[in-house]
Amino acid sequence: MTTSESDSLRPPETGGRRRRTGGRRRRTGAGGADGSREMPMVPEAEFTSYYGRPVVKPAPWGHDIAAYLFLGGLGGGSALLAAGAQLTGQDTLRRNCRLAAISAVGLGTVALVRDLGRPERFLNMLRTIKLTSPMSLGSWILSAFSTGAGVAAAAEVDRMTGQRLPLGPLRRVLRAVEGPAGLEAAAFAPALAVYTAVLLADTATPTWHAAHEELPFVFVSSASLASAGLAMVTTPVAQAAAARKLAVLGVAGDLLATTIMHRRMDPVAAEPLHEGRAGTMMRLSEALAVAGGIGTVLGGRRRSVAVASGLALLAASALTRFGVFEAGIESAKDPRYTIEPQKRRLAARRAAGITNDSITTAD
Amino acid sequence: MPQFAGPTDPAADARWPDVRPRKGFFTDTSICIGCKACEVACKEWNRNPRDGDLELLGSSYDNTGALGASTWRHVAFIEQGRERIEQARESGRALVDLGMPGVGAPPPADPVPADTAPPDTPEFRWLMSSDVCKHCTHAGCLDACPTGALFRTEFGTVVIQADVCNGCGTCVAACPFGVVERRRDGTAAPKTKRGERKGEQPEVPNLGVAQKCTLCYDRLIDDETPACAHTCPTTSIKFGDRAEMVSLARERVAELHAQGRTEARLYGANELDGVGGIGSVFLLLDEPEVYGLPPDPRVATADLPRMYKLAGLAAGGMIAAAVLSVLGGRS
Repeated sequence: MTTSESDSLRPPETGGRRRRTGGRRRRTGAGGADGSREMPMVPEAEFTSYYGRPVVKPAPWGHDIAAYLFLGGLGGGSALLAAGAQLTGQDTLRRNCRLAAISAVGLGTVALVRDLGRPERFLNMLRTIKLTSPMSLGSWILSAFSTGAGVAAAAEVDRMTGQRLPLGPLRRVLRAVEGPAGLEAAAFAPALAVYTAVLLADTATPTWHAAHEELPFVFVSSASLASAGLAMVTTPVAQAAAARKLAVLGVAGDLLATTIMHRRMDPVAAEPLHEGRAGTMMRLSEALAVAGGIGTVLGGRRRSVAVASGLALLAASALTRFGVFEAGIESAKDPRYTIEPQKRRLAARRAAGITNDSITTAD
Repeated sequence: MPQFAGPTDPAADARWPDVRPRKGFFTDTSICIGCKACEVACKEWNRNPRDGDLELLGSSYDNTGALGASTWRHVAFIEQGRERIEQARESGRALVDLGMPGVGAPPPADPVPADTAPPDTPEFRWLMSSDVCKHCTHAGCLDACPTGALFRTEFGTVVIQADVCNGCGTCVAACPFGVVERRRDGTAAPKTKRGERKGEQPEVPNLGVAQKCTLCYDRLIDDETPACAHTCPTTSIKFGDRAEMVSLARERVAELHAQGRTEARLYGANELDGVGGIGSVFLLLDEPEVYGLPPDPRVATADLPRMYKLAGLAAGGMIAAAVLSVLGGRS
């Protein structure tokens, strides 16, 4: 703004500080994408912020958490498949899926603990049960799941090593409880796969919360196709029929849920899912899911094709999780994603005659 | 079970046997002079470490930046010209015209009225506002905390127990106002400029733990005023029972409207808003987003029952898919 005559003689500003009044900024590349510079062609718009600084804070989570989103889903899906194999007597599939389940949640738990600000206090997660906290419920779900999955996997390891685990008289106990333990893990498996969606959506992070109605469906589909993909990689085709079917169902669900999510979300809040690195990951994920699904249908009974399809599905699931994770973090860093949808919904309510629920009041 | 949205008494919801009157701030930004004494008093009392490297941010006189783990009061500075001032007055008038009765006669004047009319400068003005944790009626941070480190006090405020928090960071993402932050030691970036001396810094307490304003819980227990309100030289920051703060705020906004200052508006006094009203009520002179405040915040927990239902549906779908896959026989 000009406050004195001579101000107009100043050289134009080149980069550096953001102005308060930001326009609709498209993320077009390195130049202005970080918000540090105004794009010259963009008209001034209605959107105002405080020096372009974020309104909400992004979750202080690193890629450990994105990895956990993937691994938790992978573990849950694997335990479900293991229980199915257990009930239908498919020993190889059962063994492979049980080992996959415990490995995935084991790695995932390590990732979770590593990401804490005070990792030595990780047990405080089980200090209370709080229904309003998806993180609290998730910690209990993970604990319950890991117990069953751990026992079932221990039985498999004992069998594979020719009963070399130093179990003594406990071996008979292990044999007796491995079946129920596998089913117990399977009972908690869907919850393990889905709670992370609620955990992300139950925040003020614009992109995550805007997807709160569809994200659970995206996450269970992604978990299904990932675990089915891993089973197709590890298990000979003769015992992988269930995995192939679950893979196809997972891909169908994933494509459907993702499409509906993109269509129903607030268009501004959905932007980070389409742009930048997150957008690339989401597109790549979709392509890999389709490729894996087609490979499964057409050549799933050939070992080489099954392995390639399984790997594609695993990669698709990981990319979905990392994409959703990064899109949310990006959406919290730019005030536009918080302010614009909020202003719009407030104006819409006012237009509909609801004027009593605004945080800003004249009296 | 306590409700997730709408007007309520949060301390009673938390089942305190001895509920005290709900405490809160009323920050009247129209008489803030931007001295930052509140920032200093807060840091001193709560022994919060320095954050940042004392760099100049180039945003008027605001070199603090934002609320954070070690900054529990933050004074915003906004410079505005004629156009913005007129827009602010217009948007305020639109708010008044929404049908809410407001612009009435000012309350009876004091015998010796202090001159609290903000200078009416149509060409240029400086907005200054001391931001703080809102101590929401429905606090997203509190709902999301898995360890119980965050709790509701008998005064209706929200406090973090630093010795319980394990730094999971859920509350940081859950706060609709971007108040809570996980504390880092701030020494991640090595100094590269020659001769630069960071100086000796005292050890940083509560590392890796979420931190935010406690509304000076320790002082409240001893019937003391929070440090920021105590030190504020212009009484821009007022402290007391929330009900009293809200009525003070309403009187003040009516007074300003009567002076023709339609840009004045209240933020957080409405119990029907998305967070059930906030403990720290503000009087603003422009739209909330100009100050870095969200225009229509909503606690995510209000949607949690629906999210759980949909998650249950999705989980059911996953079981169905698995059953279908296994029972389909060997194809």
